[in-house]
Amino acid sequence: MRTRTNIATGLAQVYLALVLLFLYVPIFTMAAMAFNSSPLYELPFQFDLVWFKELAGNDRLIRAGTNSVILAVANTVIATALGTAAALAFSRYSFRGRRVMQLLLLPPITIPWLVIGTAMLVFFYWTFPSLGLSPRGLHSILLGHVALSLPYVIIVVGARLTDFPKSVEEAAATLGATPWQTFWRVSAPIIAPGVVAAALFAFATSFDQFVISYFLAPPGVTTLPVEIYTSIRKGFTPEINAISTIIIAVSMSIMLITARFYKFGGER
Amino acid sequence: MSPRQRQIGAIFGLTGPAYAWLAVTIFLPLSAMLYCSVLDTSPLVPRPSHFTWANYAAFFQKPFYLPLTWWSVLMGFWTTFFCFLVGYPAAYALAKRIKGRWREALFLLIVLPFWSNALVRVFSWTMVLRQGGLIDRLVHTIFPGAPTFDLLFTYPAVVIGLVHSYLPYMILTCYVSLQAIDDSLMEAARSLGAESWTVFRRVVFPLSLPGIVSGGILIFVPVIGSFMEPRILGGTKGATLGMNIEEQFTVTANWPLGAALSFTLLAIVLVIFAILYPVLKRRGVWS
Repeated sequence: MRTRTNIATGLAQVYLALVLLFLYVPIFTMAAMAFNSSPLYELPFQFDLVWFKELAGNDRLIRAGTNSVILAVANTVIATALGTAAALAFSRYSFRGRRVMQLLLLPPITIPWLVIGTAMLVFFYWTFPSLGLSPRGLHSILLGHVALSLPYVIIVVGARLTDFPKSVEEAAATLGATPWQTFWRVSAPIIAPGVVAAALFAFATSFDQFVISYFLAPPGVTTLPVEIYTSIRKGFTPEINAISTIIIAVSMSIMLITARFYKFGGER
Repeated sequence: MSPRQRQIGAIFGLTGPAYAWLAVTIFLPLSAMLYCSVLDTSPLVPRPSHFTWANYAAFFQKPFYLPLTWWSVLMGFWTTFFCFLVGYPAAYALAKRIKGRWREALFLLIVLPFWSNALVRVFSWTMVLRQGGLIDRLVHTIFPGAPTFDLLFTYPAVVIGLVHSYLPYMILTCYVSLQAIDDSLMEAARSLGAESWTVFRRVVFPLSLPGIVSGGILIFVPVIGSFMEPRILGGTKGATLGMNIEEQFTVTANWPLGAALSFTLLAIVLVIFAILYPVLKRRGVWS
């Protein structure tokens, strides 16, 4: 019996190794090509930093990268704040229409982005000019990113809120804490991990979002995914690999740092 | 102010901003697009427009839309199926066979690629699948006389790229539901004389079904509307309905037709959900 369990564990390890191979081989190949001197991705491999130097001089890609970071930060702040507020209302009050409001979070998740993105384009095209705004631009993209992130934030924070008993807050109130004090001294520390997880999710949603940005980006103003897509279609050079490698390195580092503070998937 | 009024004020204050935002970005745009889909001239053209069903009729009249749609649906099914085939055993191994620190590390390694850019991940497959790419090189090193291996711009390339992009979703959702199954349930089944396979089939698998279904939905919905992955990995050969809709909005600027096609796509998704709904409801996925 003991050996059987060992064999099963061994098989599980081998299988997981294969899955990881499948997940990482393309990413490593892509990163390796960023350091290869050939512009046509020819092998044998010759180490060269030329594509990173080219990248430093590529204003379009750098501007797109800056836009992406600004959008992701703005999206994280807005979506986390609005979403946490809504999640608090759902968990603290029971009121008529709550169920319907929670169901309304499903369309942004279950409707393909292509449909949402094009619908926003149509709607903004009809309404924004009368407000003196251009239908496409970073403001429109931000509107779209927050809309996609909000349901996830509400669900993630909400899950954390249902885990902690209301009686703790009531105890604080009985002991004379004002609602404000109760929130900052009791509730906030308890829901903080949920809020951080939601914020990370919101950041990733925005930074990774391509479809919505693609339809709402006017010519000349792009985000990183849109710029990479255009470059791939127009014919590309390993500069794309260089910037992709940087993106992956940065986002993975952020995840690893966060993982040091929060347990993912381990035993609770 | 009475406590009741205070409470109503608090609910409005807390949920108002989020739902106002969703109204402006999701619900009003969808209504606007529904209206747009029954117009006979594009909003971009400065001419008065009239009501018409022609855009929806075009879907059935033009012979190329049905094959496009069929391939989009197939692409969604194959991607979901392979994600399950590869992801479920991985989630099982992780939840039930690996313990302690190793589990945490492996789990992190599996979700990490998720936090890299989707476009970057798809793009990286072109380096692997094309002629002279990684697989081609590998095959030739082992079998020098082998024919050229070029998968880029084929249907399998599209599915491989999509599976790679969406696999972590399936592993995550299955892992969560497998992790929640109490080991003592399995021991009880075993002590009552059930074989390992029976334990899996009658106890573990049914209990993990909600994870499989929610993973499947999270994958199927975006894949059926995808246009970026098929364009990069499938070229012109793997044309999807999503690619056609994209072109109506960006190239040909026929917005009403694009809007009608978008709603047709949405209708297909809803029909598939409606078919699956009894299963979802019985398994309590929506609760």
